[in-house]
Amino acid sequence: MTDRWAPVALVLVSHSRALAEGTAEVAAQMAPGVRIVPAGGTDDGGLGASFDRVGAALRDATDDGRSAVVVTDLGSAVLTAEAVLDLMDERVVARVRLADAPFVEGAVAAAVTAHGKADLATVLDSAQAAADTFGPARPVSGTSVAAGAAVGGPAPAGPAPVVPAAAEPRPVDTGVVTQDDGSVRATAVLRNPLGLHARPAALIVRMLAPFDAKVQVDGVNAASVLDLMKLGAVRGDVLTITAQGPQAGEAVERLLVDVAAGFGEV
Amino acid sequence: MTLDAAWAVDWVRRSAATVAEHRDELVELDRQIGDGDHGENLDRGFRAVVAKLDGLDAPPASVGDVLRLVATTLMSTVGGAAGPLYGTAYLRASKSGAATELGADGVVAMLEAALDGIVTRGRANAGDKTMVDAWTPAVAAAVDAADHGAPPSAVLAAAARGAREGAAATVPLVASKGRASYLGERSAGHLDPGARSSELILVAAAEAAAAAD
Repeated sequence: MTDRWAPVALVLVSHSRALAEGTAEVAAQMAPGVRIVPAGGTDDGGLGASFDRVGAALRDATDDGRSAVVVTDLGSAVLTAEAVLDLMDERVVARVRLADAPFVEGAVAAAVTAHGKADLATVLDSAQAAADTFGPARPVSGTSVAAGAAVGGPAPAGPAPVVPAAAEPRPVDTGVVTQDDGSVRATAVLRNPLGLHARPAALIVRMLAPFDAKVQVDGVNAASVLDLMKLGAVRGDVLTITAQGPQAGEAVERLLVDVAAGFGEV
Repeated sequence: MTLDAAWAVDWVRRSAATVAEHRDELVELDRQIGDGDHGENLDRGFRAVVAKLDGLDAPPASVGDVLRLVATTLMSTVGGAAGPLYGTAYLRASKSGAATELGADGVVAMLEAALDGIVTRGRANAGDKTMVDAWTPAVAAAVDAADHGAPPSAVLAAAARGAREGAAATVPLVASKGRASYLGERSAGHLDPGARSSELILVAAAEAAAAAD
């Protein structure tokens, strides 16, 4: 296996060539180390699922011994992917999993998880957990100082109301505090204008992957790019960061540096 | 009386002819409760199968060889759900029809394998207003005919009758699988296009067998 790509690849099967290729483009930007192979549309470029294109994409993704998670859009894309696997070499089939996941969100979540060199089951879980994106918002324990942002709600669609208190980040960064139970805790103010949007969320997941630690931001799993994005955290919000594990302190220190640097966006 | 590879080739050619003849009808049925591409997709697929048969250097040796060629070609050329569904049906049937000649029991095993493939791939049950509603009574009628000592051609004739009755019975059903299920109650009152194409293909099988008698 070459080092260029993570051990788990993605195959994106859509009825539309444009949708498959566009989703691969978005996911690749957030996870450049993952082999992402789009298989969209029919052989002549129309809408549909092509047995041959899906088969070629699966062979492409799994050659060199990689595993692959397949994300599909509508019914016949699923049927086609299954039919392809029916006829493939069993040794390849054993390394492939079909994800029951929303197409774009599942692809992005799986790609970011795969980028951290996660194993097949973990990447599959990440894709399938993306369905929670459409569920009720998870409780958020952090405190928002941006008056315009509803706690736990989605990110504001338009420009945030101009609130003088939120215009300048407050100096509340506390540094890393070790709790009685051995876990660590820190708070940090988001500095970059767009807050925790897709790019910094993916950056956090990828940066934390090598650490032997479980990290939460405002109570959500910092290994999940979608959960981080769902926080809807904007500039001026105080993030509460908690972590457990042998490298919890180092992981949080590193995260504080990235937050303070505004993820390179300030 | 047994059925051989020549029968299977004739079945495929008759299937292609009847699908082409009923192309517009299938398009219209699918337009009413689906996305309107079933007739066009299936016609394109069977034309490709016939082109492959025409291009073979030597005639296929077994029923299984013919059905495998149909399976792989339909999977590659039929878009939508029909490609993998029919493809899997023919693929499973090809594995059961590997013998050079099929008796009545062989025909029943082939039809059962095809139905099993469709059910496995589509996860539909009888009554969901799908292809399964044509194939299920077709297989039941074939089993019954074979149990009564019917020759292969009569077994296929029984299967064709079963498929015709099963397809007609999909009209009042409310779809619960596939694109038509998006319509809910509004899918009632329409013949299911997949059940209708299944009927056409099984009628072609019976006609090819009758011609071979």
